[in-house]
Amino acid sequence: MSRSALDLWVGFFVAAGFAALLFLALKVGNLSAVNMSDTYTVKARFDNIGGLKVRAPVKSAGVVVGRIESIRFDPTEYFAEVALALDERYRFPRDTFATINTSGLLGEQYISLEPGGDAKMLEAGNVIKKTQSAVVLEKLIGQFLFNKAAEGPEQKK
Amino acid sequence: MLELVRSLGRRVDDGVWRLGFAARFFVVTLALSGSALRRFPLVVREIYFTGVLSLIIIVVSGLFVGMVLGLQGYDTLQRYGSEEALGVLVSLSLVRELGPVVAGLLFASRAGSAITAEIGLMKATEQLSAMEMMAVNPIARVVAPRFWGGVISMPLLAAMFSAMGVFGGYLVGVVLIGVDEGQFWSQMQSAVDFREDILNGVIKSVVFGVAVSVIAVFEGYDAPPTAEGVSGATTRTVVTSSLAILALDFMLTAFMFRGA
Repeated sequence: MSRSALDLWVGFFVAAGFAALLFLALKVGNLSAVNMSDTYTVKARFDNIGGLKVRAPVKSAGVVVGRIESIRFDPTEYFAEVALALDERYRFPRDTFATINTSGLLGEQYISLEPGGDAKMLEAGNVIKKTQSAVVLEKLIGQFLFNKAAEGPEQKK
Repeated sequence: MLELVRSLGRRVDDGVWRLGFAARFFVVTLALSGSALRRFPLVVREIYFTGVLSLIIIVVSGLFVGMVLGLQGYDTLQRYGSEEALGVLVSLSLVRELGPVVAGLLFASRAGSAITAEIGLMKATEQLSAMEMMAVNPIARVVAPRFWGGVISMPLLAAMFSAMGVFGGYLVGVVLIGVDEGQFWSQMQSAVDFREDILNGVIKSVVFGVAVSVIAVFEGYDAPPTAEGVSGATTRTVVTSSLAILALDFMLTAFMFRGA
C-alpha cells in the first residue's frame, strides 16, 4: 500500500473539519470557561423565584461562582427549593444572603450571594436561610399605583 | 375512473415495495460495512470525492450565509439597541439549524447526486453484474465505502460551514459595521452551550449524513439500467434527501430544544 496525493487531501480535509469543530467548541461555545470540575451543592428556599431557570449563573460580587442545579417546589410548605452547585474553590459563610437579581432591565435572572460574617462556612447539603425573592414587576407597579392613589387626596390640601 | 384507481394502487404498491427493499438494503449495507472499513483506502477515496470536492461550495456558501445573517441581524437588532447580541444571533442560528441543514442540502445536491449517478451507471454498464460473476459482492465493494464516505464527510462539512458562517458574521458585524469586538465574542460565548447547542448540531449533521448517503446509494442501486433511469434516479436522490433532511430536522429539533 502506497501513499498517494489523495491521502494528503483527505488528511487535510479531516484536519480542517476537526479544526472547525474545535473553533466552535472553544471560540463560539463556552467549553473553555466551564472548568468547574468540583462543585458542592447547597440549597436555598425562596417564596418566589420569578423567572429563574435551571443552569442560570450564581454570582458573588458579579463573578460567576456556580450554576443552578435544580429547582423544586415543596408541596408541604409551599416554597421553591433551589439547589446551587458552587465551585469547590469558593467558600461562603453560613449566614450568606441569597437574592434573585435580573441582569439589565430585561435580561436573564440569576442568584447573587452576599457573604455574611459567620465564622462557620457553608458545607455541602446546607440550607441558605436568608433569602430574598425575585422582584415581580407587575406587583411592584400595582403597589406603586396603590400608594399613589392612597396619598393622592392629601397632597391636594 | 377505474384506470385512475388502478394507477393510484400501483403507485402505493410500488412505494411500499421500494420502502421495504430500501430498509433491507440499508441493513445489508450495515452488515457488510465491516469488510468495507477494513479496506479503508476505498473509504478514503470516497471521502475525497464526497468531502474534499464539496469543500469549496460549503466554505463559500457558509461565508455568504454568515455575512447575510450579520447584515440582516444587525438591521433588526439595532432597532432595539442590542446590536451586541449579533454574535449570539449568528452563532446560534448557524450552529443549531442552518449549519447542518444547509450543509446537508448542499451535500445532497453536490455529492449525493454524484454517488447515485456513478452507481446507476455502473449498473447500467453491467459492472455490478460483472463483480457478482467474480464472486465480489458489489454492496461490500461499491456501496458500503460510498455510504461510509458520506457519513464521515457530512459532519465535518457541517462544522466547517458553521465555522465559516460565524467568521462571515464577524467580518460583516465587527469589521464592516463596527459592532464592539469584545461584546460580539463574549456574548456569543455566554449564550452558546457546548452540549446543548454544538453537540446537538453535530448529532443533527450525523443523522443527515446517514440519511443522504443511504438515499443516494439506494437510488443508484435501484435505478433502472438505462440512461433515462439513471437521470430519474439522480433527480429522485436530490428531491428525496432534501425532503428527508427538512423533515428529520423538524423531528430532531422538537426532541432537542423542547425544554430550552
